[in-house]
Amino acid sequence: MNKKPGFFGRFYMSIILFFLYAPIFVLIVFSFNSTRSRTVWTGFSLEWYRRLFSDGTILDAFYTTLIVAVLASVIATFIGTVAAVGFFNMRSRWRTPLTQINNIPMMNADIVTGVSLSLLFVSLGTMLSFRLGFGTLLLAHVTFCIPYVVLAIMPKLRQIDRNLVDAACDLGCTWMQAFRKVIIPEIRPGIINGLIIAFTLSIDDFVISYFTAGGNIMTLPMQIFAMTRRRVSPEINALSTILFMSVLILLIIINVRDIKQEEKLRQRTSV
Amino acid sequence: MKKTIIAIALLCLMLTIALTACGQSSSTQGGSTAESGSEAQAPAGQDSSSGQETIFVHNWGYFIDMDVLRIFEEEYGIRVRYSEFVNNETLYAALNLGGMIADVIIPSDYMIGRMIAEDMLYELNFDNIPNASLIDPRFRGLDFDPENRFAVPYKVGTVGLIYNSAMIPYEITSWGALFDERFAGQILMFDNPRDAFAVALKYLGYNINTTNESEIQEAFELLSQQRGILQAYVMDQIFDKLESGEAWIGPYYAPDFLTMYANNPDLRFVRPVEGTNFFVDAMVIPRGSQNRANAEKFINFMSRTDIALMNMRWSHYASANYEAAAIFAQELDPAYREVVFVGEVDYAKSEVFLHLPQHILDLYDRLWIQLRS
Amino acid sequence: MKPNYFSIPYVGWMALFVVTPIVMVFVFALTTPTGEFTLRNFSDMGLFLPVFIRSFRLAFLATVVCIVLGYPVAYLLARETTRVQRILFMLIMLPLWMNFLLRTYAWMSILENTGLLNQLLSFLSLPTVRIINTETAVVIGMVYNFLPFMILPIYSVIVKIDKNLIEAAHDLGANTFSVFRKLIAPLSIPGILSGVTMVFVPAVSAFVITQLLGGGMVFLLGDLIEMQFLGTAHNPNVGSAISIVMMLIVIVFVIVMNKFGSGEEKAVGL
Repeated sequence: MNKKPGFFGRFYMSIILFFLYAPIFVLIVFSFNSTRSRTVWTGFSLEWYRRLFSDGTILDAFYTTLIVAVLASVIATFIGTVAAVGFFNMRSRWRTPLTQINNIPMMNADIVTGVSLSLLFVSLGTMLSFRLGFGTLLLAHVTFCIPYVVLAIMPKLRQIDRNLVDAACDLGCTWMQAFRKVIIPEIRPGIINGLIIAFTLSIDDFVISYFTAGGNIMTLPMQIFAMTRRRVSPEINALSTILFMSVLILLIIINVRDIKQEEKLRQRTSV
Repeated sequence: MKKTIIAIALLCLMLTIALTACGQSSSTQGGSTAESGSEAQAPAGQDSSSGQETIFVHNWGYFIDMDVLRIFEEEYGIRVRYSEFVNNETLYAALNLGGMIADVIIPSDYMIGRMIAEDMLYELNFDNIPNASLIDPRFRGLDFDPENRFAVPYKVGTVGLIYNSAMIPYEITSWGALFDERFAGQILMFDNPRDAFAVALKYLGYNINTTNESEIQEAFELLSQQRGILQAYVMDQIFDKLESGEAWIGPYYAPDFLTMYANNPDLRFVRPVEGTNFFVDAMVIPRGSQNRANAEKFINFMSRTDIALMNMRWSHYASANYEAAAIFAQELDPAYREVVFVGEVDYAKSEVFLHLPQHILDLYDRLWIQLRS
Repeated sequence: MKPNYFSIPYVGWMALFVVTPIVMVFVFALTTPTGEFTLRNFSDMGLFLPVFIRSFRLAFLATVVCIVLGYPVAYLLARETTRVQRILFMLIMLPLWMNFLLRTYAWMSILENTGLLNQLLSFLSLPTVRIINTETAVVIGMVYNFLPFMILPIYSVIVKIDKNLIEAAHDLGANTFSVFRKLIAPLSIPGILSGVTMVFVPAVSAFVITQLLGGGMVFLLGDLIEMQFLGTAHNPNVGSAISIVMMLIVIVFVIVMNKFGSGEEKAVGL
């Protein structure tokens, strides 16, 4: 691995990248098409972007998705952090089976998770007379996000120097204070990672939302799916372009900052 | 540290957007632009806090002029949350699995029959629906609701064959065209069991409500053979496919032909000689609705002649309101009057779906899964 | 508050939202719609054998294609300089951040009968192809969606291989190919296994890809289950039975993968 890839290596990589980006490129190009055709170019137009922003249904679905993602990731991170710390301090007799149960939503195909949750909500719903809706959607999202948060935090917990915690306790902290002032700062990268992962998963989820949101709430992926079952409108293309551009810009910003920081570090250490 | 800042910034941004969204009252977007298919959808259920009364309406796709909803909201001050279903069976599944909150739904005849048999509907208080008297008596008291207690018919129509005359340059007259090898790979078929089996049963000369298991089995064999030359099972996806020439021929609901024809003048419509299905889609109130009085107001509103006319002009489906239907029939190009309004001859050869006994429904389910597998 | 009690809220949550739903699936699978106990939902399973076989076949195919296409990418990526690695890595992961429904939908424009691929072929006077609504389209969709999930684990394993080991091997006279065969490949197997699990499980249960690119003609386990719950053959009891069988198969699969993985590690002497 000490040789950089040669010509064939680079060529192969570019083919794969082409494969990965060709459909996205097509989406973007046809979002500017002047007719609704997704396959025949007839001219440039911003019509679909105009329609996208005046179409309340898509915007509503987008807001729903965003709200659910924010709430679910925050709640999941909360519960997940507390849970991870709790697990960590358990004897392995309890920890192992509990960790395995924790991993179930991660390992199960999401259609099984979605279906099982919908059965639960339907049965509870008939008993306690509530329907599928925003509440059940949120509960479902939190449920499938928590395992990833726990997974993100556990390694960090293992890296904590136990002496720090013991020292804090020796100096008179209660466990709660030790938790807040010592443990949390140490595992903070894990918490942030967990939060970001949970947020991403929630935004992108389709299958579980499909089964647990009921017929009246639509998340953005659900809305897109519904749109593909009828006349397909290039509004979807416009939406894709906007999403893609946002993510691209975000990643560029993050990476530019990373590179700048590394430069600073390198300058400092070389002096 | 940098990660933290970015994460927090993102969160704040998201939260602000979220809060603004909550603050906005997102009203049902009308925009009767036929193209964008503006299906207003229910956003995060925060409207109960605004204190305004709301009803949930669940309907077929492309089946209503969205401006009608805005007019209703203005006249009655009741907000409408509108959503769509793909076919009767998915509507039934959504209701059965308990997830749907709905005040007014608009299923087809046989599904209403099933829902009545399974006690899934509320009876209507016709004192609140005086416009029901404007409904054509031919469509009332039919088998699915013999005593007229549960449903108010909304639209009626037939199933027919739509094909692209540029790709199929001769006249089509029979359901057999859907099983014709010459069009292999260009054929579309219904993505729901009753409509699909009805086509096969009619072609074989049987009754579409037959309970004769060997006849149903024969239809199944025919449909299985069709799989080899089929392009796709579709419902509303058919619009795109036929209009763009992606597929050449498919069965669908007659009035949708007029919508497609406006986008592709090469398309032709025919009601096959073997006869076809005549359907009545009606408004009902499902059990579990908490807004029965408002739902009945909505049903009454939809049965008004001027509203029925708006819906007819937008979707081309014949309204069950006979006043409106008569007016629209005069507006239509005579060449297409027969597409929307069934002539006597075709009507005689058409059958309405009935709710079938449970063991036949189970047979349909089994065969449908086998067919799709 | 003792730390052990920290986990109690989550244990309660898991009991309610992870364990109970699965129990409910079992309950539904073993009852009729009217609530009596029955094994009939499972006995009908033979009817669905073609669907099971097709799902596994296509998932297997997609997984193999992902390995064949993805392994070289991971390997090449790990050999680049750090800066290039970072950029390329970002480029490979970027499509994942886009909604997967949109990514799959994009392929419709390309693969349709009147789509871009056929337009290109006609332009070059080549015969047109019929890919949409076939198994090929579905596999393409699967590979496209899951390829990054195969690249990522393999890459993260390869990149952690101690460079000194490789230098030592070179010093001892091995050429690049031998180094790969005897050192890198065996060490990267845990990554491959991880990638296989991350591709195979979603591929077996996919239903969006089949509905968008399969046109209802390619019917997989996901479609079958969806049809039983929210679709045109509503029967949650049979649907639950199928879900259970699928869950069991996935569990068996994961166990086999784990055994295979730990066996390999022992062989390499780690």
